[in-house]
Amino acid sequence: MNESLLLSLLIWAPIVGGVLVLFAGDGRPAMARMLALLVSLVSLLLCIPLYMGFDTGVADMQFVQQLPWIETFGIQYYLGIDGLSLPLIILTAFISLLVIIASWEAVNERVAQYFAAFLMLEGLMIGVFCAVDAFLFYVFFEAMLIPMFLIIGVWGGPNRVYATFKFFLYTFLGSVLMLVALVYMLLKGDSASILAMQDLSLTMREQTWIFFALFAAFAVKIPMFPVHTWLPDAHVEAPTGGSVILAAIMLKIGGYGFLRFSLPIAPDASLEYDWLIITFSLIAIVYVGLIAMVQTDMKKLIAYSSISHMGFVTLGTFIALSMAIAGNTSGAALALEGGMIQMISHGFISAALFLFVGVLYDRMHSRNIDDYGGVINKMPVFAAFSVLFFMANSGLPGTSGFVGEFMVILASLQANFWYAFLAATTLIVGAAYSLWLVKRVIFGEITNEKVNHLKDINGRETLVLSSLAFVILLFGIWPDPLVDVMHESIYKLVEQIQQSKLTG
Amino acid sequence: MQNQYLIIALAPLAGAIVAGLLGRKIGRAGAHWVTILTVGLSCILSLDVMRRFLFQDLPVFNENLYTWLSVGDIEFHVGFLVDKLTALMMCVVTFVSLMVHIYTVGYMKDDDGYQRFFSYISLFTFAMLMLVMSNNFMQLFFGWEAVGLVSYLLIGFWHKKETAIFANMKAFLVNRVGDFGFLLGIGCVLFYFNSMDYSEVFARADSVQGMTMELFSGHHWSVITVTCILLFIGAMGKSAQAPLHVWLPDSMEGPTPISALIHAATMVTAGIFMVARMSPLFEFSEVALSFVLIIGAITAFFMGLIGLVQNDIKRVIAYSTLSQLGYMTAALGASAYSAAIFHLMTHAFFKALLFLGAGSVIIALHHKQDMREMGGLRRYMPVTWITAWIGTLALIGFPGFAGFYSKDAIISAVSHATRDGAGFASVLLIAGVFVTALYSFRLLYLVFHNKERMDEQTRSHIHESPWVVTLPLILLAIPSIGISWWATEPLLFGDFFGSAITVLGANPLATLESEWHGPLAFALHGFMTLPVWLAIAGALLATIIYLFRPGIADSAAKGLRPLHTLLDRKYYFDEFNQIVFARGARKLGQLFYRFGDQAIIDRVFVNGSARMVGWVSGILRQVQTGRLYHYAFGMIIGLIVLLGLFALTTWN
Repeated sequence: MNESLLLSLLIWAPIVGGVLVLFAGDGRPAMARMLALLVSLVSLLLCIPLYMGFDTGVADMQFVQQLPWIETFGIQYYLGIDGLSLPLIILTAFISLLVIIASWEAVNERVAQYFAAFLMLEGLMIGVFCAVDAFLFYVFFEAMLIPMFLIIGVWGGPNRVYATFKFFLYTFLGSVLMLVALVYMLLKGDSASILAMQDLSLTMREQTWIFFALFAAFAVKIPMFPVHTWLPDAHVEAPTGGSVILAAIMLKIGGYGFLRFSLPIAPDASLEYDWLIITFSLIAIVYVGLIAMVQTDMKKLIAYSSISHMGFVTLGTFIALSMAIAGNTSGAALALEGGMIQMISHGFISAALFLFVGVLYDRMHSRNIDDYGGVINKMPVFAAFSVLFFMANSGLPGTSGFVGEFMVILASLQANFWYAFLAATTLIVGAAYSLWLVKRVIFGEITNEKVNHLKDINGRETLVLSSLAFVILLFGIWPDPLVDVMHESIYKLVEQIQQSKLTG
Repeated sequence: MQNQYLIIALAPLAGAIVAGLLGRKIGRAGAHWVTILTVGLSCILSLDVMRRFLFQDLPVFNENLYTWLSVGDIEFHVGFLVDKLTALMMCVVTFVSLMVHIYTVGYMKDDDGYQRFFSYISLFTFAMLMLVMSNNFMQLFFGWEAVGLVSYLLIGFWHKKETAIFANMKAFLVNRVGDFGFLLGIGCVLFYFNSMDYSEVFARADSVQGMTMELFSGHHWSVITVTCILLFIGAMGKSAQAPLHVWLPDSMEGPTPISALIHAATMVTAGIFMVARMSPLFEFSEVALSFVLIIGAITAFFMGLIGLVQNDIKRVIAYSTLSQLGYMTAALGASAYSAAIFHLMTHAFFKALLFLGAGSVIIALHHKQDMREMGGLRRYMPVTWITAWIGTLALIGFPGFAGFYSKDAIISAVSHATRDGAGFASVLLIAGVFVTALYSFRLLYLVFHNKERMDEQTRSHIHESPWVVTLPLILLAIPSIGISWWATEPLLFGDFFGSAITVLGANPLATLESEWHGPLAFALHGFMTLPVWLAIAGALLATIIYLFRPGIADSAAKGLRPLHTLLDRKYYFDEFNQIVFARGARKLGQLFYRFGDQAIIDRVFVNGSARMVGWVSGILRQVQTGRLYHYAFGMIIGLIVLLGLFALTTWN
């Protein structure tokens, strides 16, 4: 197979597959499900040649495909991946497959549309990670909102209209500002390629404007305090599958954006305003962590936990700047890779946690913590998975949840002791909200009669949860293969941020 | 040797996986056989390692197994460092674990979670071995948290019991407070020593010695002091030193075998082991060592006092454990690392013995733990009774028994230390000996002697425990008596630990060494020292109060009401933590949520800006009247403005 077609295949196979599922029609749910499974399985299998063919020794874009698109503006259909995008693409394909399996019986109306939405979403998200052309990126970035908007708006909970509008407006507002910044750079540099934009010489004033415009888009997406409040609402209203995709992948696009755009395009402005993002990140870790503790709705708790964990991604990303300038290249790389690992790991863990809620919600139709208690007595296998996932969420060594936090905390101590001090409070706060939930939901005597009728997870659910358990443990015990693919790209990024655009 | 070490560590893991995942298939007997055999294998191989160290000059093993992660020039490995210190810990861990495995066959025989229990204790053994065999800080932290996880699972083993699932969460969170410090300490190690490997870090201690860091502007702190204190905060969590001790008494909610294994003999001593392992760092910081010394001494004395007023048999032993851990910590603070490790070992034997003995009593009484409903059990359970006596004598440091040698070494080292706080510490430690004897004999008399206070139905069912329970008691009683007869000399005065332990100043055990003329002479010499007479006095006082004049205890409690209440409420630590930290954190969370997120961000900014848009567009809507002359008028005004602007710009 031609290497340069692989990325296109990864993007378009699920999208075309989604269209086919639509044709299968809501009248034939069994067929729609099987087709969706097949398509998402093929997508994941396509990641095998991608991973095998990926050269970890270079930082350049690989699997490049370049076709003219809007020639007047120099906008191209330009795809390629490096060490930052590869793990996120595989994560997307993996989680999407699990979501298809997990959602097998989740909906009974408009089944084909439901699965089609997820498949198209998968293709668009992979597109975001593959796009080297900034406008192609923007198209995917925006188009992605549509299926998610529908998933929450059509199959969501009672308050879904408020949640979808909040979600849509928040993210849209951010991305419009990003578009302005991209157009400015396109006009200035005569190229729509992100790589060209990274090399574009910009004054401090320009960088500052661009930095904040990009910041608006990515901070909302990840989401960062204080623009985070759309996330809990969206999660609460979203169906399980939607929550999983949202938490596991869509949030990562914000973190990816910082690494792909903000840092290399505006390194001097990033350094100038790193204190701002570091402050927001630390607030996310401490303040949002405490908020998570007092939630009574399981989904809200996990949503707040996600925000808190994403704080480590932005913290790792932005402490790297001052360290890189000070010549501590290893520390900067540790911080950046820690942020990346945290994204991947959180992809697994948040998926597992939202599926945890989904399993319970399917049976009890309640997300309220107080309605549970003593689930372990009826669902011992499920309880074992739950304890593992919540332990991973509280960063237990041996699970992937530990790795990223560990790296970022160690790195932040090299930037400033008090950053590490505040970040490390997650050891206590994260464990507190995770284990308190486990105590109230899983352990104890059965107090609600409905819990007495619970049935343990079936084979399908076991398959999904054990796949996640496997990767969570695998990357906890041996994360080296994961960081190995990103090394070159991260080192290049460190060089880029060390190189001021003002003097050069 | 690498294969042998791998087998030692991984065999219990294999047992745990088999018993845990295939528990239903292999059945109860299958589960206990597979775990007992794998841990037994580890134990035999560990003893073999020790034999080779002692008799064949086995070289120190320090190698990496695989690279966990590498970034830039920072590398994290998983690897083993096996020297004599490690070998000693391996023997203690696997031996006590094996005893507990066997004991569990009897103790848990009617429990539904039989296989799960065996899986957990084998998993614990694996985690503990990874901790002690580590050759770097990262893996140390791994083992550190992994034993915490298993401890969490085992305290909450009876997950329907509200007290148990509260206790396990509390244990994990309090340990996390310690780990918070520990992780920052590891961060300092990586930053200032630029490595995670013990050997490299220790080699660089000398050059880091003079470095300072600025935590608050203008205040310079020695890097090594800050690092060591942070690391020690981790040890305070795991080894339950005040004020992070609060989780250990509550952990008694778990089944008794794990109280013996995890919460007495092995896991809680991880902090002691860690500081001993880090001796090449701690030795460079007088401040840190003084801190360690004082914390240890406070724990040793004040936690022992609480043991005097407890009525739950396991809690008395738990407070005793706290107190003994305090002794070990104080020894570390006095640079007497070898004495701390020595006491760690003897304590592992006699405290495991006492806990398992308590467990034997608890089964006999059908899970009653209140000593006020016991008494006279010696007539029914002779093996348990005699081994409990042995354990008690070892604990109070009666001359000749194992604990005597190790405790005496600690007291001697602290008394001769010149470090800040040493005087204060040695007073507390010596006074603590009296307290130890008092609560230990109180327990002995209340349980085994005196009149029988249990109800008739319970009494009719009392009998000695089966052999799987008594055999471990006997096997633990043997080292509780005699291990020190041959271990004292090499461990304390010989060069047993070699390069594993570093002492920079004068040998803290020098005085003791000059008094040493073999174990028997030393025991006899003990009768001429204050601690031994204090122990005897404590034992005699207990004999009078609890054997001959039971009324005294009650009137003393009445007479000293405020003191009694203070001890009974455990110095109000739990209440304080509950109100300040647990409730405080929730209140703060509520405040942030209701005020920050909901009121300010959502209502004012998010919904506020939506309303603002609505309001502005409401006004703008007025402009669209649909009347032609309004629009024409607007166009004319617009034209005039534009023309005016044009005129103005051209003018200039």
